[in-house]
Amino acid sequence: MKKIILSLALVFSGTCMFAQQTYPVNGSYDIRQGLYAFTNATIMVSANQTIKNGTLLIKGQTIQSVGSAGSIPKGYVIIDLKGKYIYPSLIDAFTSYGIPENTRQSSGMRQSIFVSTKKGAYNWNEAIRPETQAAAIFGMDAKKADDLRKAGFGSVNAISRDGIARGTSVAVSLSDEKENMTLLNAQAAANYSFNKGSSQNDYPTSLMGAIALLRQTYYDAQWYSKQKEEHNLSLEEFNKQQQLPQIFEADGWQNILRADKIGKEFGKQYIIKSNGDEYQRVDAVKATGASLIIPLNFVKAYDVEDAEDARNVTLAQMKNWELAPTNPGILEKAGIRFSLTTFGIDNSRDFWTNLRTAIANGLSQKQALLALTEIPASMIGISDKVGTLEKGKLANFIITSDSLFKKENLVLENWVQGKRFITYKKDDKDTATKSPTKKEEPQPALANGKVIYPFTAFGTSEALKSETVLLKNATVWTNEKEGILQNADVLLENGKIKSVGKNLAAGNARVIDATGKHITPGLIDEHSHIAGTGGINEGSQSSSAEVRIADIINSEDVNIYRQLAGGVTTSQILHGSANPVGGQSQLIKLRWGKLPEELKFAGADGFIKFALGENVKQSNFGTGARFPVTRMGVEQSFVDEFTRAKEYKTAMAKKGNTVRRDLELDAIVEILDNKRFITCHSYVQSEINMLIHVADSLGFKINTFTHILEGYKVADKMKAHGINASTFSDWWAYKMEVAEAIPYNGKIMHNVGITTAFNSDDAEMARRLNQEAGKAMLYGGLPEEDALKFVTLNPARMLHIDNKVGSLKAGKDADVVVWSAHPLSIYAKAEQTFVDGIPYWNLSKDEQIRKDNDAERSRLIKKMQESKNKGGKTQRPTPESPRLYHCESVGDYAQELNDLERTHDHE
Amino acid sequence: MFLAASAASSSFAQANISPAAAQTKPIYVLGAKLHIGNGKVIDNGYLMIEKGKITGVGDATLVKLNFSNGEVIQANDKHVYPGFIAPITNLGLAEFEAVKATLDFSEIGTLNPHIRAIVAYNTDSKVPATLRSNGILMAQVTPQGGVVAGSSSVVQLDAWNWEDAAIKTDDAMHLTWPVTPKPRQGFGGRGPQVSQELLKERTQKSLEELDQLFAEAKAYTETTPVVTNARLAAMRNLFNGRQKLFITADGEKDIIAAVNFAKKYGITPVLVGAEEASLVVDFLKQNNIAVVVRQPHALPNSIDDDVNKPYKNAAILANAGIIVVVSIDGYWQQRNLPFMAGTVAAWGLNPEQALQTITLNTAKVLGIEQRAGSLEQGKDATFFISSGDALDMKSNHVERAFIQGRDINLDNLHKQLDKKFSAKYSTAE
Repeated sequence: MKKIILSLALVFSGTCMFAQQTYPVNGSYDIRQGLYAFTNATIMVSANQTIKNGTLLIKGQTIQSVGSAGSIPKGYVIIDLKGKYIYPSLIDAFTSYGIPENTRQSSGMRQSIFVSTKKGAYNWNEAIRPETQAAAIFGMDAKKADDLRKAGFGSVNAISRDGIARGTSVAVSLSDEKENMTLLNAQAAANYSFNKGSSQNDYPTSLMGAIALLRQTYYDAQWYSKQKEEHNLSLEEFNKQQQLPQIFEADGWQNILRADKIGKEFGKQYIIKSNGDEYQRVDAVKATGASLIIPLNFVKAYDVEDAEDARNVTLAQMKNWELAPTNPGILEKAGIRFSLTTFGIDNSRDFWTNLRTAIANGLSQKQALLALTEIPASMIGISDKVGTLEKGKLANFIITSDSLFKKENLVLENWVQGKRFITYKKDDKDTATKSPTKKEEPQPALANGKVIYPFTAFGTSEALKSETVLLKNATVWTNEKEGILQNADVLLENGKIKSVGKNLAAGNARVIDATGKHITPGLIDEHSHIAGTGGINEGSQSSSAEVRIADIINSEDVNIYRQLAGGVTTSQILHGSANPVGGQSQLIKLRWGKLPEELKFAGADGFIKFALGENVKQSNFGTGARFPVTRMGVEQSFVDEFTRAKEYKTAMAKKGNTVRRDLELDAIVEILDNKRFITCHSYVQSEINMLIHVADSLGFKINTFTHILEGYKVADKMKAHGINASTFSDWWAYKMEVAEAIPYNGKIMHNVGITTAFNSDDAEMARRLNQEAGKAMLYGGLPEEDALKFVTLNPARMLHIDNKVGSLKAGKDADVVVWSAHPLSIYAKAEQTFVDGIPYWNLSKDEQIRKDNDAERSRLIKKMQESKNKGGKTQRPTPESPRLYHCESVGDYAQELNDLERTHDHE
Repeated sequence: MFLAASAASSSFAQANISPAAAQTKPIYVLGAKLHIGNGKVIDNGYLMIEKGKITGVGDATLVKLNFSNGEVIQANDKHVYPGFIAPITNLGLAEFEAVKATLDFSEIGTLNPHIRAIVAYNTDSKVPATLRSNGILMAQVTPQGGVVAGSSSVVQLDAWNWEDAAIKTDDAMHLTWPVTPKPRQGFGGRGPQVSQELLKERTQKSLEELDQLFAEAKAYTETTPVVTNARLAAMRNLFNGRQKLFITADGEKDIIAAVNFAKKYGITPVLVGAEEASLVVDFLKQNNIAVVVRQPHALPNSIDDDVNKPYKNAAILANAGIIVVVSIDGYWQQRNLPFMAGTVAAWGLNPEQALQTITLNTAKVLGIEQRAGSLEQGKDATFFISSGDALDMKSNHVERAFIQGRDINLDNLHKQLDKKFSAKYSTAE
């Protein structure tokens, strides 16, 4: 048998299987019949149908028949496959096979490039490049094709992975024939991502900016199809591609939810290529209804031999190492449709090792085959050609020595469009398809740890529940007219405060003796940047009113837990202060372990961040090329923005208008309509005064000045305009505009009658806002009840949520903190923090959680060492410093994605 | 930028806050709770001050004092503390963080043993007065940057010029142990990341250069060199014990390496930062190493760490028997130093021992314990009276403060602006 294979291989080399109709031939034509009969094989027609002892007939690139043994017509070359197997060749729906690598952004300082540098009638932003046609730039790559064929693949989707709207991908076979023959579907899918790729434009710098740009592009495209003013080839293509399958590269389950949300907004159901962490929130992923493309690039075990190295690996990283291989099986059980991709795996041997590991961890063989054949075929619109072995389809199949997923199996031959490729030669000692060496056993499913929510240290496997709790005999700071009650009780029920008073009946409540303790409402941080991802500044334009913090809430941020430990229950997550009109804010409750959407404070008014001063005029960072660079220019930014918004509103109100919907101006119109409220970052009195004047002249209101460090100089004007103040307790001297910032600021504004709060703008300080409030007593001798209101009731008022939170009163949300001592004292510890009656923080339980975390870490460290001792691959842990955002954090989301991928490439 | 900065420095005058004149007559503080600074408390104490020195301290109920010729301060129910000492700060070397022209704490180069902070210390800075009113009366003015940043000096915060201010010049040399920087986590950073291998190589090179510097300096100080080298000459007092060596190191291995490095040159260093010091307590004790804990108000180093670990760290070390000093980063932030000690008290250390971490322990580590750090006879009369617990923001209220017996002015820019604008609104009514 082997002899035949070898000799046939020799015969075929250098000949041309099929005529390429339009291409001339140099010399005599040598066109073969291409008639083959494969006999005595076990044929997997599809994942659902097996023919034992079957015969497959092909002619040229097409399957003629598949069936049980029978007589073979004359003229066929017979290949006896006794004991062997035939499978449809595998399909990968997500590759960049044969696509020239994009030139990634140059590193280093950004330059300020505001609009597209591409010549031609294309989109204003280079990241929107639907005009890219992978079919036009695809070129056969012999080496990569060979690699993929050896792994058993016969066709792939080739994507230009560049930009946010990436254009169409092309489905190609992995034959080495001229591209004219191998293109299976020139318009396989339209492709998207959150990564602006090689775009030289500054915008967007953040994930929320990328989301906003894509959202705006949908509206632009809708408008474009109805207008005659301009030509825009990008939008034209974008519209054309809406009928194709829509593939979205969105790594991680949170990004799956983000992408799906955009899709739902525009009636699209994306097929989402993710990163394999979906097991962490499989229900939420399932609820999107999206089909997925899932990689098998499981992380290598961390080398934790050295204790210091081990400390650099987080519990989440360790658990992910253990649980990632269970992901495909979990998705299968959840009934999520998915295909598997080789994406992220450097060689085909790892692909098979990892696939078998996935099978050992719960993925069924049938699903594995489906996920590598029929499902990807249908995702990229080539089901009529490949995926199963049926008459009329392409002769794309593999011949294997054994059942495909067995460890000993070898992919012997890979036939692509009727052309034979030998993928295993006996003398080839190091062929990729060779069964895994002893060193790389697929990892079997041993006792695994549980998934925890959130997927990080301090997460829990069971969701915490709202309790009926009676907190007894404490000093209760009501923030109501009752003031501070001694020896009083607070009853929490159904997530609300049921009653506050003395000697309350316990009923069926869990009773907590709070003798000697103080109870206050949960603290509210008016100015926070935690629990966000992908950057909190979209400062590349003077207005980014279209970006929404709501799009980038990150439920897995450990700072949520850390701040619960400081008694914080509600935080306003703000856009940064890099530009005059920032993005839309998101109010959250610190519901540790819930989904991003569930963190959001339901029914709250929408807010937006504005900013003045040194940051927006880029005194201390940035290129200084973006308008404005003076406080004079800042005024005109606002004047222009609101003037345009008013004109836009008028134009939109006309019947039958063809005005382009502009998400930026929509947000400004909401402000004009009193449906969205301003929190404005501000420092010196001149600019504060300026914005008050601009607001008066253009007819809008300022809800809150945040930071407002010279508020004390214009407190009378603020009071007259009903503007609230959210400031720092004692920050100053960190830049020129805080040269006269004083710690008496809060007190003076309060005394003038302004609703005043202290905020954090800092993940560390937010853990002790109660102490910051205590400083209102130090600087200016505020009465203690008023001081506490600076971090509870007053921020609730300025956020328009004082009907729900901020004081202890029957009917309000059960957001409550139990303190060990006077809450404004340095000695006070938050012993328990409830949000909606759920005990998210408990100081003594935290000790137990840490013990459990340590035990889980020890177990995983041991398991990783065992894996290493068995010869498993390891990686050296690299310590990472956590990323924290504050007002001035300016970054580049795409740059980081690219760097991350590049680092991985070089591993 | 330049224009803005120069305009600023002339407009924020604060000109009427002058350093206090020398003590002319004895002062007697009576009836207060005396927090000695060495762990002891006297509930109803007396304090006698003459010619800038403490001449008597004790239990007021046990003695009869004759104070006919001096000033008596009745301080019943009040608290008296030794002046707090802010270690490792760029106070007076920086006025506005974002304005380059006002920054004088970080020199070019990585090995700068010859750089001296004292000569750039600006007594006219608006910042020290805002610290005094919270009880911080002394500071170790310290250069930053590079591997060897130079020498710090200890100053008192009520002076006409840096000569007046100096309590101890060139008290310590400051070294930051070279470590490979951690890559950032998650998204939002700027610029590309250099490979870990390259970073490690750089660290190794830094360590070699550092060792070379110390080896050559030691040899240099053993003879009278023909060619003068300011860098090497500046290190002379390190080897004869007249100057301390502060080394910043956080990781377990780095701490051990840093201490062993200093030992090799016969130096017992002071360890700064020392996030993982609790893992090597025995090693530190064996080597008699004091630790300056950096800023308890900090986030945990790692996601998995106890969320309250930075609060607890100083107490863990102090309770294990290590001499602990507590610091806070920055210059204007120093007014929160008392609350760092308060935090340490809240999270596991006896309150009087917590006080020690910003008074006597600091004085010891800075080498000024003979004249500062506690309310003991013979020491400088540098202390203050607070109506409440000074380690708690709720009750810190400094009513009087004395530096070397001088009754200092507790006004500051912030109080002045408070008065100015509070008056504006009260007259408007």
